[in-house]
Amino acid sequence: MAMSDTSTVTAARQRSARRRHGLLYLGLILLGLVAPFVAYPVFLMKILCFALFASAFNLLLGFAGLLSFGHAAFLATGAYITGFLLSTYPGLTPELGILAGTLGSVVLGLLFGLLAIRRQGIYFAMITLALAQMMFFLFIQSPFTGGEDGLHGVPRGELFGLFSLQSNLALYYFVFAVFVLGFALIQRTVHSPFGQVLKAIRENEPRAVSLGYDTDTYKLVAFVISAGLAGLAGATKTLVFQLASLGDAHWHMSGEVILMTLLGGVGTLLGPLVGSSLVIGLQHQLSQSPLGDWVSVILGSIFVLCVLSFRSGIIGELQKLVKRNFK
Amino acid sequence: MPREFVLETHGLTKTFRGFTAVDQVDLQITEGHIHALIGPNGAGKTTVFNLLTKFLPPTRGEILYRGKPITHMKANQIARLGLVRSFQISAVFAHMTVLENVRVALQRKLGTSFHFWKSERSLAALDERARELLAQVGLERDADSLTVELPYGRKRALELATTLALEPTVMLLDEPTQGMGAEDVDRVVALIREAAKGRTVLMVEHNLSVVSRLCDRITVLARGAVLAEGDYASVSADPRVREAYMGSEATEEEEA
Repeated sequence: MAMSDTSTVTAARQRSARRRHGLLYLGLILLGLVAPFVAYPVFLMKILCFALFASAFNLLLGFAGLLSFGHAAFLATGAYITGFLLSTYPGLTPELGILAGTLGSVVLGLLFGLLAIRRQGIYFAMITLALAQMMFFLFIQSPFTGGEDGLHGVPRGELFGLFSLQSNLALYYFVFAVFVLGFALIQRTVHSPFGQVLKAIRENEPRAVSLGYDTDTYKLVAFVISAGLAGLAGATKTLVFQLASLGDAHWHMSGEVILMTLLGGVGTLLGPLVGSSLVIGLQHQLSQSPLGDWVSVILGSIFVLCVLSFRSGIIGELQKLVKRNFK
Repeated sequence: MPREFVLETHGLTKTFRGFTAVDQVDLQITEGHIHALIGPNGAGKTTVFNLLTKFLPPTRGEILYRGKPITHMKANQIARLGLVRSFQISAVFAHMTVLENVRVALQRKLGTSFHFWKSERSLAALDERARELLAQVGLERDADSLTVELPYGRKRALELATTLALEPTVMLLDEPTQGMGAEDVDRVVALIREAAKGRTVLMVEHNLSVVSRLCDRITVLARGAVLAEGDYASVSADPRVREAYMGSEATEEEEA
């Protein structure tokens, strides 16, 4: 009797939590729909692309406990493949270009993952960094990337061959849809049977092995999903700026995505979104102010402050606050 | 000949860079027994555990499960055979709820563990069984707590429930009462006795009163090799054991 009581209470609590989350996401979607009428769409699209990139990274660090220091390689692979295909084949529609870029990153993620996944902690981070650096030099040397110049003037084309994406507003809604789909996939992955095993591996890998799970394979699948979504972010970004360049492949980019994720709150679904908005917003504001040259210093200081005083990031700290005061 | 030994080792040896941690160990675990592995600190008990469950590869020797060699299987495959281990330090998933801890052990059988596109609500079908298992170890009221918030003794009880969820044929428990107060020790002894019904248990244990109360058979390890084997009365009467084990027990008590 007592047992069924607690389980019905739990069920009710879970239902109300789900309702709250549903309302929150609905609100965010409405916000996303009206945002381009308030702020400059290109700026918003940049945030969305990086938010997707950071969310993909967070899936790995926050929910599988894997710190990749080479995620720039996947962003750049998506960007370059999409940029190259759309520039070279004028008949190709943008969604197919993006799909090809994403698939390219999935394949690269599988290769990286097979080489790196057996290593733990810092060794995993170092191997992903080394592999990403190899990709960087590959991108400089290859003719199809435009080397130091990158690929310019990538055509945005017409979605499904029907809707022109020339106007920033039209493109914004396309990018927003891509983001929502990517984010939904991450949200589902985290809250799936697979996500449960992933969390168990993050919490205690030897125990997960002793329960019969082949943990390397689970980590590999998570790595490939994360790489694919990072590639999707890169591919979409190419469409926004009509540009794919070496900056995407540089290890700075791998560092920046770590910064965004930690600042917003690692292991929380909304953290990367908040973190990337903050970082992109600051970069944007500072680049127009006399402090422009100090962007890295200021971001670095904020990062140090975050690690020292609010380690679970903005969303993480907010969640703690809510938990302390309302439960 | 009936297969009375569920787990056997022949000449099991592990060397680390010239240091022999486990030396030619022959173990025979009888089906249905609670079998203890005891010995002074550094005798190689945990290393034997790690070898049996393939968390370490043996340097030499053979491991047989129901007469079949399992020496070259992977750790997770050993678990799937039904040999499930626990760890010296309580191994729980701290930032998952108590219910989720047990459910993650149950869910492998659903065969949907790679389905990242499916809702976790599909796991609700396992909740009832998970609650039953929690009730078995007296944790039914903690089902929705975050595991990190449980006191140590309850974490160990949860670990046992999680292990039981796999319906193991052989449970390997590494110091299940380590770091517990007397009250918790009694509880865990009762739980192990209950859980051992219909299965085989191999446990590493320091607490000799626990060993004397629970175990059918005892193997004493010293310096990586088997020193003696038998029931509690014969082992505790063996002068070599008294010298090697009881002699060092005094120092252990000082440490504690």
